[in-house]
Amino acid sequence: MSPIRFSASSLKEGRWYEYLIRFGLGGAATVFTGLISSRYGAFIGGLFLALPAIFCASATLIEKHEIRRKREAGLSGERRGQMAAAVDSAGAALGAIGMLAFAIVFSLTAETTVATAFMGASFAWLVISVAAWYLRRKTRSARRVQAEHGSGSAMRRSG
Amino acid sequence: MTEYVIRFLVGGAVVSAFAMLGDLLRPKSFAGLFGAAPSVALATLGIAVYQHGAGYAAVQTQAMMAGAIALAIYSVVVCHLLVRAKLRAVTATLLSLVVWLIAAFGLLIVTGGQT
Repeated sequence: MSPIRFSASSLKEGRWYEYLIRFGLGGAATVFTGLISSRYGAFIGGLFLALPAIFCASATLIEKHEIRRKREAGLSGERRGQMAAAVDSAGAALGAIGMLAFAIVFSLTAETTVATAFMGASFAWLVISVAAWYLRRKTRSARRVQAEHGSGSAMRRSG
Repeated sequence: MTEYVIRFLVGGAVVSAFAMLGDLLRPKSFAGLFGAAPSVALATLGIAVYQHGAGYAAVQTQAMMAGAIALAIYSVVVCHLLVRAKLRAVTATLLSLVVWLIAAFGLLIVTGGQT
């Protein structure tokens, strides 16, 4: 199991316009949510707080970076790019559980103290997302060890 | 007009900060958590509290619960489209937006707006 770490090299892979696209999309998504809320009310607008507009850009950039890296090594890299984006989307599914926790905590605490609601909801997002990721990882590695153990004993029996 | 410029700048800044944090982190599955970070929510709720009060923001987060469940479904669908159907990321993520819309509004209808 590789540990969680910071890798500054990935920032160097990004082009300036890619950061600009993300900024633009983030801003556009926030404006869009505001427009929906003022047109259809807070409840319908709230639904769009979880719109995966940014995720589309992130997954596409991850795929692009992986393809670029493989092309520099003389390989096509398209499949690797797709797989890298797939790993990212699996992570996003777990992050969405954290986002649910964020929404629950915020809606329960918003009318007490706003600062507490923001801090509590953000903390809930972080804890639940990381816990879900850690659990999934543990389960997967336990399954892998079990499968390897199973195939090892089968080989010994056939040998 | 000024309100929407502020929304654009605040939203862009918060989303970019979370996206850069995601870029910096490894392994990739962990970095993926930041793809579903409540970045738009933080920016929007901050403005909502300032403009309309905490009650308005609380109502928004009630509906956000349905959106978050829809986001989890969306992410799983994107993952399957990339691995099994071998679609490109841009195609898979854009096509799956239909799934997000159906799931989000479907959950609102099923719960009768009581999320």
